[in-house]
Amino acid sequence: MKRSYFSLAVLGAVLAFLYVPILLVVAYGFVPNGISMSFFGADGSFLGFTGRWYAQLFAGHHAVRALLESFWLSLTIAGLATLVSCILGTTAALALHRWRDRLQAIHHALVYTPLIMPDILIGISLLMLFVACRVECGFWTILVAHVTFCVSYVTMTVLARLEDFDDRIVEAAYDLGAGPWYTFFKVELPMLLPGIVAGGLLAFTLSIDDVVITSFVNGAGTNTFPTYVSSMTKHSRNLPSVFALSTLMLLFTCVLVGVSKLVSGRRPKGVSNNTKKGK
Amino acid sequence: MMKMNPLRSRRAEWLVTLPSLLWLALFFAVPSVIVLAFTFHGHTPNGGVGEWSLSTWRELVDPDYPVIVWKTIRVSLEVTVWSIVLALPCAYAIARMGRRWRSVVAGAIMLPFWTSFVVRVFAWKTMLHPDGWLQACYLAFLRLRAWAFGWLPGCGGQVDPASSTILDSEAAVVLVSVYTFLPFAIMPLYTAAEKFDFALLEAARDLGAKNFYAFRKIFIPGIRQGLISAILMVFIPAIGSYVIPQMLGGTNCVLIGNKIFMRAIQNRNIPHASALATLMAVSVLIPIACAMWWRRSQSARDRKRLDAETARLMTGGAS
Repeated sequence: MKRSYFSLAVLGAVLAFLYVPILLVVAYGFVPNGISMSFFGADGSFLGFTGRWYAQLFAGHHAVRALLESFWLSLTIAGLATLVSCILGTTAALALHRWRDRLQAIHHALVYTPLIMPDILIGISLLMLFVACRVECGFWTILVAHVTFCVSYVTMTVLARLEDFDDRIVEAAYDLGAGPWYTFFKVELPMLLPGIVAGGLLAFTLSIDDVVITSFVNGAGTNTFPTYVSSMTKHSRNLPSVFALSTLMLLFTCVLVGVSKLVSGRRPKGVSNNTKKGK
Repeated sequence: MMKMNPLRSRRAEWLVTLPSLLWLALFFAVPSVIVLAFTFHGHTPNGGVGEWSLSTWRELVDPDYPVIVWKTIRVSLEVTVWSIVLALPCAYAIARMGRRWRSVVAGAIMLPFWTSFVVRVFAWKTMLHPDGWLQACYLAFLRLRAWAFGWLPGCGGQVDPASSTILDSEAAVVLVSVYTFLPFAIMPLYTAAEKFDFALLEAARDLGAKNFYAFRKIFIPGIRQGLISAILMVFIPAIGSYVIPQMLGGTNCVLIGNKIFMRAIQNRNIPHASALATLMAVSVLIPIACAMWWRRSQSARDRKRLDAETARLMTGGAS
């Protein structure tokens, strides 16, 4: 079919379009000339690759100290924001799932609106709040902002999981004499855990990648990894180190996803094998 | 007697709702109201918020602002059109693949998100260097754009290679915005196309429809829900775009987002920043309201059609 070839060609071009910058990120991590960001000398000769930028990162060289500091700050904030937003998001999803009254209608609107608003509006309105309350911007304001935009995503993910949930199991737990806390920790939480983990991963990814909201509420001198990178001048000496660090992050994520695919992909196979044996 | 579920009580509802409700009320609802309130204040020279007045709204007529608002909307529309045009064939191609390939390619489309967004933009910045090989591609893109959008005010005109540097131009912002938002356009379109019954296209072709005609008249209406989501998924973040124009647009592509940041952080003119944020919120809410209204009218129309069909069947069955 003619049409199909055309669309496949577009798909191929789009995939190339999406991947060229990623490949360049990996390549620039080995660039020999960090100022011109070029693999070629002035005379056009190929200069080869260098592991210098990786060595600097691993040695904690003073040139990359600010970069590494911003990276650790990003990890800390993302970790804490994930924790808090998972707690808030899970309770929010439970409430939205269990009750359908006017309070929940307001609650739902509050959870849903941040999802459709551009990030910058959340950033500016939080800045206005901190200005109005005369709060000094820094670590805590960044954390509050990150939790605020992560809660909605966690809630929606957990809520989707709750939709497939058989509520009779909870009723059964009560009928068998379990209290609300016991039921939550022994029945609901284990069943919701995959949803909470998925929501938490989403929150972590969003938090560690956020630059717009953070750049409004970070105050002077507190930089997360994305705001540090975006504040760098055109061709700063640290640019190859940034690309090297990004390559390491990409590698780490790939391994993580590969392992989780392997683990989750293996289980159903094993189960089907067992049933076959059983038969 | 039925045992009362202790979690059904009113007190329990408040207990479970309160944490997230309070958090979002305090850090989302209240700040939004503060932003709106600040627009009705003047600003003081030392960067504070002045008395209640309408001066901020009056100052928005300043020729600077309407131009920026229009530019933001125009750039966002351009980004949306390019993204949808590229995403439609992709979604079609993925949906027609076998199950195994489908998940592989869908995963491959989302994979770039595992690299930090700013770092990807920085990679573009390095690639778009004036001496780079992308200059040629860029000029081709510019000519195509002038051809496609020449009828919009401010977009047309001749392409002059000498004065067109890649960096610090509106086109760089459009290009990298399309790059960033394209996966968000492909995903909803693909989800809709996956549910589409491709036998309908075969039927249309059997009835003599040309390939493109069948695509336009059968496929596009068949995935319109996904199309609406895709448009919103690109248009809304494009309106709120701030990092891409800041890093790649230079002084030639200042959008509302950049102006908000400038006013809020650099000039410390809080009321002006608030007023611009309000304008942005309005320009985002209008398309959302349109989409919601459209969806509601569509479902009402479908229901009416279904009722008529049922009535016809019932009377047919009775006779």
